[in-house]
Amino acid sequence: MKSSIAITGTGAVSPAGWGSPSLLAAMQAGLSLSKSEMVRELDGRKITTPVLRVPADASAAPKFPRLRRTSPISKFAAAAAMEALGQDRRTRSQNGELRIGVIFTLTNGCVNYSNRFFGEVLNDPAVASPILFPETVFNAPSSHLSAMIGSNAPNDTLVGDSTGFFTGIDLAVEWILRGDVDGCLVVAAEEIDWLSAEGLSLYSRNYLPSEGAAAIYLEPGQTDVLLHHLPDPVSLSNQDRAAASLEIRRHLGKLPSDTLLVDGTTGVNRFDRAEQSAWSDWQGLRWSPRQILGEAMGASSALQVVAAIEAIKAGISDHAAIVSTGANQQAAGMRIGR
Amino acid sequence: MGHGLDENSVGLRAGRSCFSTITSFDVSRQRVQTAGQVEIPVSEVRAKIWNRMDRGTQLAYHAAREALEQAGLLTGTIQNLPQIIGTSAAAMPIGEAYYRQSLSTTARRSEQLRRVETYQSQQQLTTMARELKVSGPLRIVSNACASGANAIGQAFHLVRSGKAERVLAGGYDALSQLVFAGFDALQALSPSGIPRPFDAARDGLALGEGAAFVVVESQAAARARSVPILAEILGYGAATDIHHLTQPNPQGDAALLTMRAACEMAGVMPEQIDYLNSHGTGTPLNDIAEGNAIQRWAGNQVSKIKVSSTKSAIGHLLGGAGSVEAVITLLALRDQFLPASLHVREADPVCSFDLIREPRTTSVQRVLTNSFGFGGANATLIFAKEGAA
Repeated sequence: MKSSIAITGTGAVSPAGWGSPSLLAAMQAGLSLSKSEMVRELDGRKITTPVLRVPADASAAPKFPRLRRTSPISKFAAAAAMEALGQDRRTRSQNGELRIGVIFTLTNGCVNYSNRFFGEVLNDPAVASPILFPETVFNAPSSHLSAMIGSNAPNDTLVGDSTGFFTGIDLAVEWILRGDVDGCLVVAAEEIDWLSAEGLSLYSRNYLPSEGAAAIYLEPGQTDVLLHHLPDPVSLSNQDRAAASLEIRRHLGKLPSDTLLVDGTTGVNRFDRAEQSAWSDWQGLRWSPRQILGEAMGASSALQVVAAIEAIKAGISDHAAIVSTGANQQAAGMRIGR
Repeated sequence: MGHGLDENSVGLRAGRSCFSTITSFDVSRQRVQTAGQVEIPVSEVRAKIWNRMDRGTQLAYHAAREALEQAGLLTGTIQNLPQIIGTSAAAMPIGEAYYRQSLSTTARRSEQLRRVETYQSQQQLTTMARELKVSGPLRIVSNACASGANAIGQAFHLVRSGKAERVLAGGYDALSQLVFAGFDALQALSPSGIPRPFDAARDGLALGEGAAFVVVESQAAARARSVPILAEILGYGAATDIHHLTQPNPQGDAALLTMRAACEMAGVMPEQIDYLNSHGTGTPLNDIAEGNAIQRWAGNQVSKIKVSSTKSAIGHLLGGAGSVEAVITLLALRDQFLPASLHVREADPVCSFDLIREPRTTSVQRVLTNSFGFGGANATLIFAKEGAA
């Protein structure tokens, strides 16, 4: 990139815990996290779906009036975003000294309230809760973030497959380079409930539906971790996932052998084949966060990115390449480093 | 109002309004039963693929195809054409069907898997791109009711910065039961089913459905291809209203920011705008906030500002509203008329501007369109006839 864009903040909420350090620890340990089950009854029969949940911790989510009525997705997003931003920048934003944009990426969104609200509508629309509906809108979580930091700067929500976070970073870079904002939060979050967990398990019973959030703060500069290369994503509209994975690898260019590769494989062979084939000769260090954290849809790539940044900050590697081949939109990737 | 630019122009110039009883889902227990609905024409897409497209994507397909055809880009495979598309409800009716089925049986897994897959708007729009024979990065903007305007604004920036030579941009939304019931639960819908934006006794909005797309292209590239240029995009402003999740700041602070930003980028003063297509939902709070913002933006020139809300004719198209209303302003430029705010009996005192209550034939050189959404997403676009900048 011609102008230097630095990643100067990270935040994460995942089944590994609240905060980026817990994500890094889980990646370093490489151990399976403990599963739980979503259970519902239908016609007297129990339907059970194994899932990975974010550990309950009432004290972990930031306190803010708007968050009182929100479902977990907004709380996860707020925690990750505020961790990435830090109190000083939040205060400066609230004081009007820093113009911070917000870009939010997701696949599924506020499924808990959508589920509840639609259930109420089918039961009796006259008493369906007007409090639930606004929180079902895709950009509700993102709106809460701008309110929390007191920023009227642009705020965009992008919907897409699990690679959407890369598109979000691309847009953030555009805003920063154009001077629309001083810095930009890029956030991805998802929550699960039985509806979405069962939906994901329809693809494969080996998928482990998951949830969480990840956030990075980008600004112009040369400090911390730098964004080295972010090629345009490769659309799946006219080629298959294997070809798209390969093309993204080509666009990333030659990687130093000490690069940490953070891939998007899930542990489900059928869906991993494209990336595995594109990177079959990779001999370097390799992390696969989704195999530990589960499939958190729109938040998955974001958790990969934060894991890579944390690895660089921890001195595990000086450079990282993050790649992900989405289910039905695009393959994407980027290179970061010192 | 119709299919294609010409039918819409004729309807707007005739002052038609298009609300009818909803037929695509059960509204018998809703407080309100009407909306602006589209009869979707047949398409040349293979039936198996077409039938898996959700209603919104079918609308989007028709509008995108028309835009590509008009831009001379329907001639084969178009490589490297980024698509920036706004939607709010996306494929919600498919999600609703998945939900209903989940509550009745765990059988029919393949049917349910297809619903999970086609519920995802990126899957739908990737299919649409394949059918339109375009390829390039897809960006789906979901900023509620400003989505379509943001999509066009982002396309403008991509082309302006030289990052893309041309972009297919637009927005769409179809009616869905969940969203309709949501607006009804909020008591945001007009009980009469007739929205009256800027009327002193307005009592809510009417929902609608539709889609509109544009090809945003550098002037040099369009001229080199000798294609007709509908308009120049002069300015775009985006800002966030953090007052409340669903209620605008009463003084219209963010709306003022976007109008000022778009004008500054365009290098025009408020009095040089010949027509302002307002967000104008017809809810008591929106129209006051937008009216106040227009007053503050135009200052002592406010009486010269010609304003209408075309939602009075076609309803609020949510994720499609910003792009459809942008295209309506392009029609105003092309056909030299001002569409009206229909159904106004007595204008609200906030209307210190010239509220267009009947369609008007006049010279139109520069137009501005406002789009504001849930969550505080605000956007303004300014267009001009080529050479009028």
